[in-house]
Amino acid sequence: MPPVPSPPGNVSRRTLLTGATATAGLGLAGCGSLSSELGGGTPVKQWNLLAGGDGAVMTAMHEEFMAANPDINLEATTFAWGTPFYTRVVMGAAGGNAADVATSHVSRVKSGGNAADVATSHVSRVKSLSPGTILDHIELSELEEFGIKGEDFPEAIWDKCFVDDKLYAVPLDTHALVNYYNRDICAQANVLNPDGTLLETDGVEEYFDLLRAVKDVTGEYGTSLDTLAGWRQFWAFYRQQDGEMIFGDGDYEMDDGKALAAIEVLYKMAEEGLCPTFADGGQCAANFENGVSGLVQVGNWEIARFRLFEGLDFSMTEMPALYNGNRYTQGDSHGFVFPHHNSWDPEVRKATIAYVAYMVKNSFEWGAGGGHTPTYLPVTEGEDYQNLQPNAEYANVVHNVQFDPDAWFSGSAARLLDDSNAVLNQVYSQAMTPDVALATMKSRIEDLLALPNPVE
Amino acid sequence: MTVKTETPDEASAATARQEALAPQKKPRSLAGLWFVLPFFAAYVLFLVWPTILGLYYSFTDKSLTGRPVSWIGLDNWAEAFGDQRAWDALWNTAVFTLYSTPPLVIIAIILALLVNRARKMGWFLRMAFFAPFVLPVSVVTMIWMWMYQPDGGLVNHYLQLLGIQSPEAATLWLQDENTAMMAVVMTTVWWTVGFNFLLYLAAIQSIQPEVYEAAAIDGANWWQQLWGITLPLLKKTTGLVIVLQLIASLRIFDQMYLMTAGGPNRATEVAIHYIYIAGFEGFRIGYASALSYVLFVLILIVSIVQFRIFSREED
Repeated sequence: MPPVPSPPGNVSRRTLLTGATATAGLGLAGCGSLSSELGGGTPVKQWNLLAGGDGAVMTAMHEEFMAANPDINLEATTFAWGTPFYTRVVMGAAGGNAADVATSHVSRVKSGGNAADVATSHVSRVKSLSPGTILDHIELSELEEFGIKGEDFPEAIWDKCFVDDKLYAVPLDTHALVNYYNRDICAQANVLNPDGTLLETDGVEEYFDLLRAVKDVTGEYGTSLDTLAGWRQFWAFYRQQDGEMIFGDGDYEMDDGKALAAIEVLYKMAEEGLCPTFADGGQCAANFENGVSGLVQVGNWEIARFRLFEGLDFSMTEMPALYNGNRYTQGDSHGFVFPHHNSWDPEVRKATIAYVAYMVKNSFEWGAGGGHTPTYLPVTEGEDYQNLQPNAEYANVVHNVQFDPDAWFSGSAARLLDDSNAVLNQVYSQAMTPDVALATMKSRIEDLLALPNPVE
Repeated sequence: MTVKTETPDEASAATARQEALAPQKKPRSLAGLWFVLPFFAAYVLFLVWPTILGLYYSFTDKSLTGRPVSWIGLDNWAEAFGDQRAWDALWNTAVFTLYSTPPLVIIAIILALLVNRARKMGWFLRMAFFAPFVLPVSVVTMIWMWMYQPDGGLVNHYLQLLGIQSPEAATLWLQDENTAMMAVVMTTVWWTVGFNFLLYLAAIQSIQPEVYEAAAIDGANWWQQLWGITLPLLKKTTGLVIVLQLIASLRIFDQMYLMTAGGPNRATEVAIHYIYIAGFEGFRIGYASALSYVLFVLILIVSIVQFRIFSREED
C-alpha cells in the first residue's frame, strides 16, 4: 500500500483558512437574509398560510402595495397551511425575531415572537397563540393614524380580536363553508329558481330531497364535500340547532342530542350516496369540476380554483338551513397579527401598520379574487361590492358565520378540529355509527381538557 | 556468476516503516483538528446540546409559546408512562415493524437472486429495483396516495377490472382502519426494498464460486445450493438488514404524517407522530421531551441487544 501523502509539517495558512472559513460559515448560516439589508426601503417581513387560489390574490395585492409604497420593502413568505404555519409563528415569536406581520386566523389570536413582523392568522386562533408572550398588541392610535377605526369592522369580529382589552389582530375577512352549485346540472334537476339561483330548502328532509334530485342527474353524488374536514359541517349543523360547546376549567358543556343529530346528517348523507364516503381536498373539488356531483359544500376560497375550470357554470349560496330555519355556517376570519418582537424598530413598526392598513382598505380585491367577505365595512358597503357576483349571493354569511368554540386547543388547524375531523371521517366512510362517533369525540375532548394549558 | 539476493526480514522492514512515519504523526493530528472542528461544532450545537436540553426540558413544563418555565419534577414522566395514547402509538410502531420487516428481507433476497442470475438484463434490473429508493419521501407518498384513491385510483381500478373488487364497495385504502397500516407498509416496501436488495446482491456476489462448484460436483441441485450455501452465507447481511430495519421502523414518521395523518381513528399514529403532536400542535415541549426520551431509551436497548448478538457471532 502506498503511504499516505505526508501532511505539511506545520499548519499552513491554507489549512487554517479552510478551517476558519468553514467554522465561520456555521455562524453565518444563522443570520437572516442579506437581501433585506441590501434592498432599498424599510424591510417588512410578512408570513402567511395562503398557498391556495387566494394566495395568488394576496401576491398580486402585495405587488400593488410595493408599487404604491416604494420606500417599503415587503418580504412575504408563504408556509404550508395549518400546523406548520402556526408552529413557525409560535417558535419564531418565542425567540423574538419573527416576521413583522403574520396573516393568521382570528380564531388563533390567543395562541402565536421571533417570527414575522406581521403574520396572517386565523382570528379563531388568537387565543391559542398566547397573546402577551407570542403576539404583540396593536394600539388603536397607531391604526387611526392610517385612517382605520374600530367602527369600520363588524362588532362581533372586532371584539374577537381583543384579549384582556388589548387589540391583537386586525381582521381582513370572514370566510366560511358555503354551498356551490353547478347551474347546468341543477337546472336539469329542477332545483333552481326562475332567476337561476338555488332553491331554498328548510329542514334535513327537504335538503336531502334536493340532493336526491341532483343525484338522479349526475348518476353519482348529489353534493361533494371534503370528508377529511367534517368538523366544518358538524359545527354548522350543531350550531343551527343552537347547540353550545363551552369549555370550562376541566369540564365542558355540550348538547349530546344536538351533536348526535348533526353527526347523523353526515352519516345518512353518505349512507344514501348523496355525498362521497371518502374524498380528500383534491377529490372533493374534482367531483364538482367533473360533474360527478352537482353541488359542493366547501369553503368560499375554492372559488379561485373553480373559476379556472373551463366550462364550469357555477354560483354560490349560503349553507342550507337544516334546523330552525338557521343558515348558520362554520367559518373564521383571516387577520393580521404582530408576532412578538423583543424590540420594534419604530420605522419598521410604522411601515408594518401602513401595510396592514393598505391591505384592509384594498380588500375589495381580496373578496373578488378569493371569495372571502372583507371585514372592512367601507368596502363591503360600497356599491361595487354590493353588485359583485357571486359574492353578493352569499354576503349574508357574515351574519351567519359561527366561530369555533373558545379554548386554547380550538380554532383553525388546532387539536379540537384535527381530532374531530379524524372521527367524522370515519362517519362518512360508515366505519363508525353516529353514537360511537359521538362517544369517541367526547372522549377526545376530555383528553384535551385533561392536558395542562401550555398557553397561559 | 551468482547474484546473492538477501531478503530483509519482516521485523526490520516494519521498524523501518514505522520510523519513516513517526515524525509526521504530530503535525497531522493538529491539521486534522481544523478539519474536524466545523463538524464537531455542528455536532455539539445541533445534536449533543439539544439532547442535554431535551433531558432538562422533560422535567419542566416548557411550552413552545415561550412563557416562563417551571420545574415540575417527574410529572411528565409519570404522565408518559400512564398515557394510553402514547402506548397505542408505540404499539402501532411495533405493528409497522412486524408487517414491514419480513417483506423487506424476503423480497430483497428474491430480487438479489434474480439479478444475480440475469446476465444481460442485470444492469437494467439493478437500476429498476434501486430507483425508488432515490426518490424523496414526499414524491413517493404522493404517487401512492394517487394510486390508493378510492375513486379512479390505479389500485382499485385494476382490482375492479379483474373482478376482485366491486365498484360499489371500493376499498378506502388509507382511510379504513383495517387496510391503512398495510397500505403504508406496501408503499414503504416499494420505496426502500432497493437498499436491502443492494446489500444482498453484494453479499451474494462475494460468495466464492468454488463453493458452488464443489457442491455441483457433489450433485447438489439449485435448491439444495440455495438452502445449503447461499442463505446460510447471507446470515450476516440478514442480521444487518434487520437491525437497520428495526431502527428505521422505530423512527417511522414521514409516510404516516403525509399519507394518513395518523388516521383513521389513530390506527396509524406512530410514536414520533405523537411526539410531534404533543410538542408542535400541543405546544408542550416538556412533555414531548419526556416522550422522546422514552423512545430514545427503547432504541438504545434494541441497538445494544443487536450489538451484543453481533459481537458474539464474530467471536
